[in-house]
Amino acid sequence: MRSHEPRSTSSCAACKLLKRRCSPTCIFAPYFRSDEPKKFTKVHKVFGASNVSKILIEVPEEQREDTVNSLVYEAEARLRDPVYGCIGAIALLQRKMIELQHDLALARARLARYAANYSTGVAGTELDRLTMTGLGEFLVACGGFMDSFNQSSSYQVNQDAHMYDLTQIPYVYHDQL
Amino acid sequence: MNPGRCAACRYLRRRCPPDCIFSPYFPPNNPQRFVSIHRIYGASNVAKLLQQLPSHLRTQAADSLYLEAQYRIEDPVYGCVGLISLLQQQIHDVERQLAMTQAEIAFRARHPQAVESNLLNNVGNPSFSNQASSWFM
Repeated sequence: MRSHEPRSTSSCAACKLLKRRCSPTCIFAPYFRSDEPKKFTKVHKVFGASNVSKILIEVPEEQREDTVNSLVYEAEARLRDPVYGCIGAIALLQRKMIELQHDLALARARLARYAANYSTGVAGTELDRLTMTGLGEFLVACGGFMDSFNQSSSYQVNQDAHMYDLTQIPYVYHDQL
Repeated sequence: MNPGRCAACRYLRRRCPPDCIFSPYFPPNNPQRFVSIHRIYGASNVAKLLQQLPSHLRTQAADSLYLEAQYRIEDPVYGCVGLISLLQQQIHDVERQLAMTQAEIAFRARHPQAVESNLLNNVGNPSFSNQASSWFM
């Protein structure tokens, strides 16, 4: 009778899915434990084992855990939203950022009016007019960018084409105020 | 050699069929686009992903895949997730500033006789914001 080598009982999730022997130097083993099979399934489905391996080999060992975590995050985003993936999340965050900066500008203008009203005792002062002019210019600049996101008010995946203007990514924020 | 091959089929060195899944989104005049996507995702995964989508959504899918691939090539550790973290941090900062400013406004509304210069100088000062907040707690 042929003798069989004992099967390894410590295959990582990657080698289990790929149905291969998990070597002691397996690049996946430290990051894809056998008790987390879904983690590797996700990255394999989006990136492929070979590409994940190449990416991990490229980065220093101390950064591989962060690399795996970001690949898993990206894979999950892409599986949830096959059209936009993480880019959809970026677009939503940028829209939220613009709305918040708008709100902050309004709040600061209101606060400045309190100061102006106290110092002069009269509503509608010169400071008030200047503050509103600056605010007006800022809001016009924001409005142009917001137009490209006005086609959908909610994150409806796979529902609308041309939902996001990808030419606006990344939008670099500067302190406008 | 077929001069009409899309960038994907050229890269993969194969015939470009009339119903090639890649050709509408990877024109031959932009070979780098497919090279980037292939490097990160692989041709087979991209083909499967595009095939699963209705045709009117495939352009956006190809564009977003290209963007993500570019981010990953530039930053192999974090890819586009680095930008997401940065945006979340910026949003958190602006939310904090907004909360402090709104606290100032509420303080002003209740105490219009408060000293002017002292209040204006302290806009954005977290310790002052706590003090202002405590007036109406």
